[in-house]
Amino acid sequence: MAAADLNAPAPQPAGVPVLAIRDLDVRFRTGDGELRAVKGVSFDVAAGETLAIVGESGSGKSQTMMAVMGLLAANGAATGSVTVGGEEILGLSPRQLNRFRGRRLGMIFQEPMTSLDPLYRIGDQLAEPLLAHAGMSRKEARARALELLTLVGIPRPAERLDSYPHELSGGQRQRVMIAMALANRPEVLIADEPTTALDVTIQAQVLDLLADLKRRFGMAIVFITHDLGIVRRIADRVVVMKSGQIVETGRTEEVFAAPREAYTRMLLAAEPTGRKEPPPADAPPVVEARDVRVSFNLRKGWFGGGDRELVAVDGVDLLLRRGGTIGIVGESGSGKSTLGRAVLRLVPSSGTVRFEDRDLTSLDRSAMRPVRRRMQLVFQDPFGSLSPRMTVGEIITEGLLVHEPAITRAERNRRAAQALEEVSLDPASRNRFPHEFSGGQRQRIAIARTMILKPAVVVLDEPTSALDRSVQKEIVELLRDLQRRHGLSYLFISHDLAVVRAIADEIIVMKSGKVVERGTVDGIFRDAHEPYTQALIAAAFLSKEAGPAA
Amino acid sequence: MSEVSTPDTLLEAASVASPKGRSLWADARGRLARNRAAVASIVVLCCIAVACLVGPYLTGHGYDQVYQNYVRVPASFASYPTAEQLPPAVDRIASRIRAKAEGLTDTGPTLRLTLTSTTTRPIDERLLVYFERSNLFGRAVATGKEDEGRRLLVEAPVNRHHFWFGTDSNGRDLLTRTLIAGRVSLAIGVLATTVAILIGVLWGSTAGYLGGRVDLVMMRVVDVLYSLPFIFFVILLVVFFGRNFVLMFIAVGAVEWLDMARIVRGQTLSIKRQEYVQAAEAMGVSTRGILTRHVIPNTLGPVVVYMTLLVPKVILLESFLSFLGLGVQEPMTSWGVLISEGAKSIQGSAWMLVWPSVFLTGTLFCLNFIGDGLRDALDPKDR
Repeated sequence: MAAADLNAPAPQPAGVPVLAIRDLDVRFRTGDGELRAVKGVSFDVAAGETLAIVGESGSGKSQTMMAVMGLLAANGAATGSVTVGGEEILGLSPRQLNRFRGRRLGMIFQEPMTSLDPLYRIGDQLAEPLLAHAGMSRKEARARALELLTLVGIPRPAERLDSYPHELSGGQRQRVMIAMALANRPEVLIADEPTTALDVTIQAQVLDLLADLKRRFGMAIVFITHDLGIVRRIADRVVVMKSGQIVETGRTEEVFAAPREAYTRMLLAAEPTGRKEPPPADAPPVVEARDVRVSFNLRKGWFGGGDRELVAVDGVDLLLRRGGTIGIVGESGSGKSTLGRAVLRLVPSSGTVRFEDRDLTSLDRSAMRPVRRRMQLVFQDPFGSLSPRMTVGEIITEGLLVHEPAITRAERNRRAAQALEEVSLDPASRNRFPHEFSGGQRQRIAIARTMILKPAVVVLDEPTSALDRSVQKEIVELLRDLQRRHGLSYLFISHDLAVVRAIADEIIVMKSGKVVERGTVDGIFRDAHEPYTQALIAAAFLSKEAGPAA
Repeated sequence: MSEVSTPDTLLEAASVASPKGRSLWADARGRLARNRAAVASIVVLCCIAVACLVGPYLTGHGYDQVYQNYVRVPASFASYPTAEQLPPAVDRIASRIRAKAEGLTDTGPTLRLTLTSTTTRPIDERLLVYFERSNLFGRAVATGKEDEGRRLLVEAPVNRHHFWFGTDSNGRDLLTRTLIAGRVSLAIGVLATTVAILIGVLWGSTAGYLGGRVDLVMMRVVDVLYSLPFIFFVILLVVFFGRNFVLMFIAVGAVEWLDMARIVRGQTLSIKRQEYVQAAEAMGVSTRGILTRHVIPNTLGPVVVYMTLLVPKVILLESFLSFLGLGVQEPMTSWGVLISEGAKSIQGSAWMLVWPSVFLTGTLFCLNFIGDGLRDALDPKDR
């Protein structure tokens, strides 16, 4: 089947189901017995419609579509029925399945960094499905690849054909992924969280592109996401999943306007709410940073000529008062994380950093050690920041080994229980290992690890970005609660203004290492000057404006 | 932290009910236990190890005990001497005593016979000691004299020996020697591997974690050692220090830790970018604490797998050295030495090659299966 003209309208009339799923069950054989990830799921996808599958992590939304594509892990098995245009595809051999995959079913993945093969040029990767399915010659395939790149709006597409994936930005890679999925004009495009790994501004562009492509080709899109803002924006219908089952389906407007199930209402109301009390104006400054500058040397090698300097943070001033929170926002690469680390003196920087009337600039590593206890860091990825071979108790009390080596094991144990209690975790979980906990629980463990040292300042580097909305809300409430009880000061790094608004007093917006905008939370929300800030605000409150009165 | 929460009662309740967590190691153990080939290999390997440790005391032969009368006898479940071996042996002894043996009757534990002097003089009873000197008989006694001592009725107890694996070309029991050789081979395998892993893990993780100039210097040292030809290195050691058992450990250990150091360094480079290492740095943990608590435990997966593959490699290396005559010295032996001897006499006495080879290959098979099983068990993708 030669691919039809890219600009031709869809062959099928709208409203006929192109993809029908009936009683789909997905089971995984694990060491602890059988795990049923998807339990009797049934739904249809009509031609030309956008269906969003929403749910929290572990709800089985991705596994449903993986089963449809025949991409389950080796220990997984699917039963039930999946038909594409009336033809059963479940249980087909990979070879038979390849008549559908890539040709009638396209898929794009969450992580554009890893879903392109780093060893092949963009043009070759695009041409591969064309050579395999459409039976084109190399020359035709290359011409089509160029056409596709133009279609997904990549600048200078002819040059990009010969680029390697690492030469493209994240958003461009996701565009290439979309181009690959579109290569044979599939009837159904399955998109598994395609914008989660992207910056908000890029995210909006990719969503626009998908909506535009859908309109032009009349294909159906199955959009898997946990972000209700996106759903509101592009989906015609919504399927809400929880623990492997569908709890609610309906037209997007109806579900958003009048959710029937408690779970859906919970998802819709999961935006972090509430505001933080600002600290008194005369609160003593805890951290004062002046003209912080961080630069990295990019060495060119033997023949590359002089060294090049990359300035990650360029002359930033900060004043953090006791009990205060500064939200630092900016897109990836804007230097916000580096700034946080520079304040903690974890990266070499110039300028001065004062902590409680002490100049940290001149301290070396061992002189910094006593100060470290009072300045702590919480990371974004709750899976990467806990050592997998240590028990939770060992992880939490490690700081005590450093800063209070004299205390006994029993005392350490007692404090670990106390710290876990403080972050609302069962103290009995001390002897368990991090992989036995969910993302939100792990983030609580990471917070307990910092709290046990009774710090004055905590730098929170995107602590909620890897978490589900409902879990984000709990973590934000926990952080506010801890701050109130212990008079902590936070530097809160994030790209999500909905979260920042709920926790910060002041906001700093960074771009290319510089502060482009700063002010109180209300001030920023009232009149943001920078287009980037405006885009952030729009992205953060999309679902809220359109949603029910929350 | 606030003193409001966590009364001690709560803590006690928690410590009573506190469930033991399942570590990644426990998970891996569970997966390994389901791998039949690996479990069977562990059982076989344990049997071989126990046999090598205890076996030599039970065989009834010393590993260096020479039986002149049983040179290169084939492996057999029946005891030696065989019925055919007795008359020629008795004839040989009788001729030394200058007598002729007649009327041999084998009663099982003892042999009765009559010695008739071939000269005119009576037989000297003291010459019966020749019976004892042979490996076949115990102390022979004269039970009666006839013809003025020219005919002697003799009773000699027969020494029954079992050579289940046969004997070697010096008449030593091959079973005992194989087991003793196993001790040497396994000891070298385990000890040299341990040495290699200790040095390699410490060296590699330090180089990888510190990075920069330290890494550069440390890894160049590794490169320099890599470039030394191994055999040349061993010959040099032998020339300077003479043939010595300890030299084997040094030679093998000095070469094998290099691979380990590279593997661990690579692992460390990726681990040090992990956030839990950064978290520890942010907490002010010392370099040593980070290495021992965070970096090294997380490199151990690949290290354990590599270790099971290193043990056979080291055993083979020792066999190779011994084969060349640079390894252990007689009468001590190793599987490599035994195989080398067996290979020389493969035509006449194949058992001398077969038995040590069975043990060596069995051990290597087991170790490889275990290594394979461990790699699968530690692979987080299978979770």
